[in-house]
Order: sequence, then structure tokens, then C-alpha cells
Amino acid sequence: MGSNKKMKCQKCSKPATFHITDIERGKPREYHFCEEHAHQHLRPPEGGQDAPPISDLAKKLIVGGAAAREPTSADKQVCPICQISFLEFRNSGRLGCPYDYEIFRDELMPLLENIHDETRHSGKVPRRAPRNTRQQTTLIQLRNDLKRAVAAEDYETAARVRDMIRSIEQEQGR
Amino acid sequence: MNLDELTRSSGEWLRGTGPESDIVMCSRIRLARNLAEFPFTNRASRTEKSEIESSIRSAMQRANLELVYFDVNALPPLDRQFLVERQLISRELAAGEGPRGVAVGPLENIAIMVNEEDHLRIQVMLSGMALHDVWERINRLDDQLEEHLAYAFSTQLGYLTACPTNVGTGIRVGVMLHLPALAQTKQMEKVFRALQKINLAVRGLYGEGTQAFGDFYQISNQQTLGKSEPELIRILTDVVPQVIQYERTARQALMNEKRQHLHDQVSRAYGVLKTAHTISSEETMLLLSSVRLGINLGLIDDLEIATINELFIQTQPAYLQKIQGSELGVEERNVARASYLRSRLSNGRHVEPD
Ligand SMILES: [Zn+2]
Ligand SMILES: [Zn+2]
Repeated sequence: MGSNKKMKCQKCSKPATFHITDIERGKPREYHFCEEHAHQHLRPPEGGQDAPPISDLAKKLIVGGAAAREPTSADKQVCPICQISFLEFRNSGRLGCPYDYEIFRDELMPLLENIHDETRHSGKVPRRAPRNTRQQTTLIQLRNDLKRAVAAEDYETAARVRDMIRSIEQEQGR
Repeated sequence: MNLDELTRSSGEWLRGTGPESDIVMCSRIRLARNLAEFPFTNRASRTEKSEIESSIRSAMQRANLELVYFDVNALPPLDRQFLVERQLISRELAAGEGPRGVAVGPLENIAIMVNEEDHLRIQVMLSGMALHDVWERINRLDDQLEEHLAYAFSTQLGYLTACPTNVGTGIRVGVMLHLPALAQTKQMEKVFRALQKINLAVRGLYGEGTQAFGDFYQISNQQTLGKSEPELIRILTDVVPQVIQYERTARQALMNEKRQHLHDQVSRAYGVLKTAHTISSEETMLLLSSVRLGINLGLIDDLEIATINELFIQTQPAYLQKIQGSELGVEERNVARASYLRSRLSNGRHVEPD
């Protein structure tokens, strides 16, 4: 491992301090990461229904020390629909709304490739023709606008927004 | 059906029927789904959560599904814990806040959590190795709900979920295995490593960290994006029989080389469970696991597997307190647990609690 000492992280310019060998489709594949990206690479799936995974390699690696991560410009990006910032997502591991997959796309794609090894859905498609994400989430934004307008007692705006919501809902046949 | 009625029955998945059910306790699949027009649960306001809940409840009604809804937000902590013990809700849902709940189907085969990490967490569970059957059922259930709900979905990324680890199919395919012989012969680490290499996760039933109570382990997929549901299920149906085979080999080796020792261990475990007057949850799980192994190896012949399966759930703290009708401290629970075990195991026959 001596030759690894000066190696840089595959994802950023920090020194690679974690060297991980994964078996992928029967072949060993080496990864070299800084602490943050090692964490990302090994991040276990959601806690969900179950207790934490028994052999949680990620946990072992992270216990070494939580060095402060340097903020990047992407961290400041904010979703116009749900107002979550990319930094908040990084800290919590949870996105705020479906639109985040578009707004944080550049940041998320490498992450998805790390987690799943793939970046394109293959499998079930809802019977209803899927509307595009932008159109879907317009409703979230309008609902937020409506709430804000009502809170500000701006009933004229509130009425207009409510009509827009209704017309979209009607368009969807609901 | 209300919560108290639930205490008088048990889930179908505990009946010990279905293929390989001496080792495979149950097969389960869950699907993560979100409504397109709302933020994910963690960013939703109280009002939005309540709207999400009522949209989903009305979809369930319009789909004519035979489900009973439990408003988890309105339940006392003991009842929430009771649902966790029964595998009907997650700890996260129990500990969450705001409008949320679970819809439970007949025989507890179906549990649909509302406003967990995702708006919908649909789960179907069946006894034994039955993933294809489970998939057929959950796929149909998902279709029925989807007729009345607009799911967040993108052509490229599939079903959109709050956590990127679930995006795509949103599917978790899991098989719960009883592996006492592999555990006893210290071969579990080897199995973990082999499964991890092919990107499968292993978790304990009720396990905290590395502790797997009762030698139950759930094997499940981690990848959700890029492979179809049948492909992901196939990984499990390819691998699980191998793990079952390891366990059978380890059992056979114990029977050949240490039969006396094993028979002694099993009989003592049974004896303690039948006669103890105070017993901890940990000891109970340990002994139940031995007895379960004993039944499957023919070393105990006067006890049904379903009884033992049920006892893994019915010796948990919340269940004991529910049937007792009052809150109990640790010591009182240990006494209540022992008394319940004696009544269920008396005369070695399967005794239905009344
Ligand atoms: Zn890095
Ligand atoms: Zn958002």
C-alpha cells in the first residue's frame, strides 16, 4: 500500500486516505478516496424498516475522525420548490422534493453511480403516463405560494394561485 | 379490527408454512413511493402531511382494498412499539412526528406505512421462500393504488425517493432466515463477507448493531437503480438457496459430530422455557432459537413450529404489556414473560391463548 500514499482522491483533489477494493461483477475494483468520498461510497442504505446492517464497513471507517469538510459552491444551491440547500441534503442524506433530482442533477449523478453502479432506471413504469418532474412539482411551488399569500393576507394573489392549482388538478383529471 | 384484536391473532408469516420454512421464516418486499405534488415527508409541513395522508387513505378506499388504518400519530407509545414488534411499522415511523400511520391488510400480509421517510412504504410479507408470490401481490397492490395517486417518477431515474439509495425501483427484496447452526459454528462472518461482495445487506431481526436476536438474519438487496424488479429478485432467489444449503450442511455436521451435546442443549432450552419464573428477553430469544432448531431436527416432536415462531414476537415487551393491560417494568416483564411461556408451552402441546 506504500505507493498509495501520495495518491489523490478519485472524486476531488484531496489526498486519498481510504483505499477500497470492491468486487464488482466478479472482478476486484480499486477505489481511492478522501474521507468524505469514502463515506459517500460506502454509505449504507436507509435505516428503513430494518435494524442497521450487521457488517457496516462504512461505520468502521467513519469512526476514525470526523474531519470538517470544506464547503463547495454546489452546497449553496437551493431548490426553488422546497427550499432545501445541497448542503442540507449532504448533512441529512434526505432530499426535499422530487424536483431536487433535477436541480442537483450534476451533483447527484456521480453519487447515484457510486451507490447503484448505474444511472438509468430499468424496471416498472407507472401505468399513468409520467408527467415530467418540472410539471409535477409546479404544484408544490403553487401550494407554497398560496400559503405565503394567505399568511400575508394577500387574498388577490391567493385567489389567482388557487385557480392555477385547480386548473392543473383538473388537467390531471382529479 | 382494532389494536387489541391484533393481540389475539398473529401474522400469517409466522405460520411456518411455504417452501423451506424450516429455515426461511418469511419473504418480504417493500416499495418506496412518493406523491408527485408534495415535498418529501421530511420537508412537508404538518398541513401537507395531513393532505398526503388523506390523499392516500382516499386512494385506498377507492381501490376497494381490505385494509385497516391505524393513525400512528394518535397512538400511545406502547401501541406504537407493539406495531414495531409485529414488523408492521418501522422504528422511524414510531418515533416520527405529525400525521402518519399504517394500513394493515388481512392476516397482516400487507402493511402500508404513510409518511415514513417516503410518503408510501408498501410492504407485503409471506411465510417461507415465496418471493415470486410476494412480488406478484405487491406489484398488483401498487397498480391498484397508482390508479388513484400520481407518483413522483422520472423516465431516467424511475420512482423518486427521499433518499438516493432507494431511487429507481424503490424496491427492497428481503428474506428472513433462521441460521442457528451457522451462528453456532461461527460461520456467519464468512457468509456476511460473501454477501457483501455481491452487494447484498445482512441485518438481524430486532438487531441493535451486530447482535442478531434469535439467530434471525434478513438478507436484502441494496441496489435499486438500473436493474428491474425481477432481476433484483433473481439475485436473491439465486443466492438464498446457497445460504440455506450452508445452514443445512452445518446442521448435519452438528447432528453427526455433536448429536448428544446438541440434544442436551435443545432439551435444556425447552426445559427452561417451560419452567422458568422470570426470564429476560435476550435469554428467551436464545432459548427459542435452540428449540426452533430442535423441532426442525426432530429432537423435539411435541411442539409446532408456528408456536415457536409466534413466541419470538409474543415475548417482546410491548406485546406482554398489551395482554397484561398495563405498563410493566423490566422485572415485572420478566415475570410476565416466564408466565406466558409456561402457559403456551404447558404439556408440550400447542396451546392457543384465549
Ligand atoms: Zn474526495
Ligand atoms: Zn426541492
